[in-house]
Amino acid sequence: MKILNKEILADSQGVRIVKLTIHLPDIAAKAKAGQFVVLMVKEEGERIPLTIVKADAGQGSIEIIAQEAGLTTKLLAELKAGDFLYSIVGPLGHPTEIKKYGKVILVGGGVGIAEILPVAKALKDAGNQVTAIIGSRNKELLILERDLKEASDECVVMTDDGSYGRKGFVTEALKELLEKSKYDLVYAVGPIPMMRAVCGVTKPLGVLTLVSLNAIMVDGTGMCGCCRVRVGGKVRFSCVDGPEFDAAQVDWDELSKRNSIYGEKEKHICRLHNEQVNK
Amino acid sequence: MRKEPVKIKEKDKLSRVKGFEEVVQGFSEAEALEEASRCIQCKDPKCIAGCPVGIDIKAFIGQISKKDYAGAYFTIRQKNNFPSICGRICPAEYQCRKTCVFTKKTEPFASKEAIGIHFLERFIGDHGAQKKLQIKAANDTKRSQMQVAVVGSGPAGLCCAGELARCGIKVVVFEGLHKTGGVLRYGIPPFRLPRNILDFEIDSLKKLGVEIRTNTIIGRVKVIDELFAEGFSAIFLGLGAGIPSFMGIPGENLCNIYSANEFLTRVNLMSAHTFPVSHTPINIGKHIVVIGGGNTAMDAARVALRLQHMNGIEPDTTISYRRTEVEMPARRLEIEHAKEEGVKFDLLVKPEGFIGDEKGFVKKMRSSRCELGEPDSSGRRRPVVIANSSFEADCDLAVVAIGLGANKILTSVTPKLATDKYGDVIVNPETMETSIKGVFAGGDIVGGEGTVIEAMGMAKKAASAILDYLEKAAV
Repeated sequence: MKILNKEILADSQGVRIVKLTIHLPDIAAKAKAGQFVVLMVKEEGERIPLTIVKADAGQGSIEIIAQEAGLTTKLLAELKAGDFLYSIVGPLGHPTEIKKYGKVILVGGGVGIAEILPVAKALKDAGNQVTAIIGSRNKELLILERDLKEASDECVVMTDDGSYGRKGFVTEALKELLEKSKYDLVYAVGPIPMMRAVCGVTKPLGVLTLVSLNAIMVDGTGMCGCCRVRVGGKVRFSCVDGPEFDAAQVDWDELSKRNSIYGEKEKHICRLHNEQVNK
Repeated sequence: MRKEPVKIKEKDKLSRVKGFEEVVQGFSEAEALEEASRCIQCKDPKCIAGCPVGIDIKAFIGQISKKDYAGAYFTIRQKNNFPSICGRICPAEYQCRKTCVFTKKTEPFASKEAIGIHFLERFIGDHGAQKKLQIKAANDTKRSQMQVAVVGSGPAGLCCAGELARCGIKVVVFEGLHKTGGVLRYGIPPFRLPRNILDFEIDSLKKLGVEIRTNTIIGRVKVIDELFAEGFSAIFLGLGAGIPSFMGIPGENLCNIYSANEFLTRVNLMSAHTFPVSHTPINIGKHIVVIGGGNTAMDAARVALRLQHMNGIEPDTTISYRRTEVEMPARRLEIEHAKEEGVKFDLLVKPEGFIGDEKGFVKKMRSSRCELGEPDSSGRRRPVVIANSSFEADCDLAVVAIGLGANKILTSVTPKLATDKYGDVIVNPETMETSIKGVFAGGDIVGGEGTVIEAMGMAKKAASAILDYLEKAAV
């Protein structure tokens, strides 16, 4: 659980996106694209799920990428190479079904770009024609552009403010592509409103769309049911039944409400942490 | 000889609800001696048959009477590695005390006159902990070459590990969570099982030579075949009952509706009651409803009530159960404690649905009234809904404690491992061996939910079969 390397991928308006390389030979040997880990930074910390961005079995390490949002991701971003995590388990969840679909579009928003990277690579290796659409608020927060360009046949960059690439949301680029040509799969990861908007574009067109959900979890092994989400009218657990689901079947309204259950407490604990740091 | 049992000291009900300190305080030496003196040392003691692990109850109570506490400790440890745990959480009124000669045949549970066997066991367990009494692992060079993997560090896994380790076998326990103990830690609250007691019992296993690897999910980082390839000669699966059941009624996914597992894990394992010191949050309601009638429901309700007290909320926690108190599977003591502490009981009530506010948080629960009909397959009278009895009640936080199903993380990647329609592992009941040679199982993953001591009973049987298996394999 030793952190071998830390890299700050983005730093804008007080929000950092960091990449940590962690020594975990057992997990590295087994991890597949689409799977995640659940980690704790300290003993009193929270258990949070994060996607495995890269697994290097040879080196015995995995990479995770996190954007500072809540307290745990802030603490994660404060760690340095040589530090140890308190706890980490994985690989959890079903891996992405990698096969030849044909033409696929991967949509990554914000830190979700990190999560589509391993899937893009695996799909490309399986002989798919891969188009990536990546988007962020601004140029500073755009991550992994080079990696995604390498992993795809075509890569479209969007920023909300137009400071880099095209101005606008990822859904605009997606819509254009789907209007021009037929695609066999759309795979999207990002904030819930983004995934929901992607679904809004693809559902009427009947394009199979998979999303990797970021429901709140505790154990990550099916024990608590915190991450339950309604898919096709049935209650599923994101951790053991997912994390990927057919976007058209997801009850987005319920998911977004459930994911804001601790909004106030999260703000409170972050405020306390900032006060302490600023002292 | 006194007829009435010595009353156990309990923390005062007004102060105990303000924290998580242990409720039952245990016997003093004088009280233990007095209670032990009530035992008539039956020629043919029935209590022993009532104990799932067959502790020689008559003998250890006799030793207490002679003030041979160390002797009593080792008598218990012969059959049970965790006297301080079992003395606290065993449902003795269904087990040893039920078969005590002082229990009247007509009563559904142990009579109150039955010897307080569990309290005496606890007294001895705690005495052993205090005096740091320790059994020694057998010095067996042949066995010390053998390695057994135990999957899961809950009651079954720990018990099996202890049984094997004392015979000199090298045991490695794999635990998925970051802390050991399984349900003893994430499920049972500290006011029933203080953490220092749990830690002591687990430490005493480590002193027997058991190695515990946390953060390791078998079925994910390693599969069964890999464990064999790594040199383990046999494997014990104490996977536990993993997946919480929900009722499948409208509104059940609203915010602030928790499974009991989640609610209890947040508090017991993650210390959410100390938020923000602990970073794991939990919400607290003004009108909390806990659905179910088992020990888990009692634990959840008593935790909920404490959270209300500790946060200056007028306590209002209600247990909602479809049958009546007699049919509740919970220990009688837990029901009593819950009542004393102020948990309300709404019996013969079946939840029909939850109603939420615009932000998606639950605000009301709709239920129907029931009456008891004919007995069902469990032998308990079935609750039958009374027509047009539906009603709504305030409920801004609900905990669903209606049971658990099998966790499939390991079984789903082990097709050779035979499971039944519930996903539980099928075993030979004589040996607890599964469909895979050298792989044994016990606890809740076999036959569904049971008690801690039942899990230990299965684990002991498996451990003895594992010893036979290793013996034969070595020839």
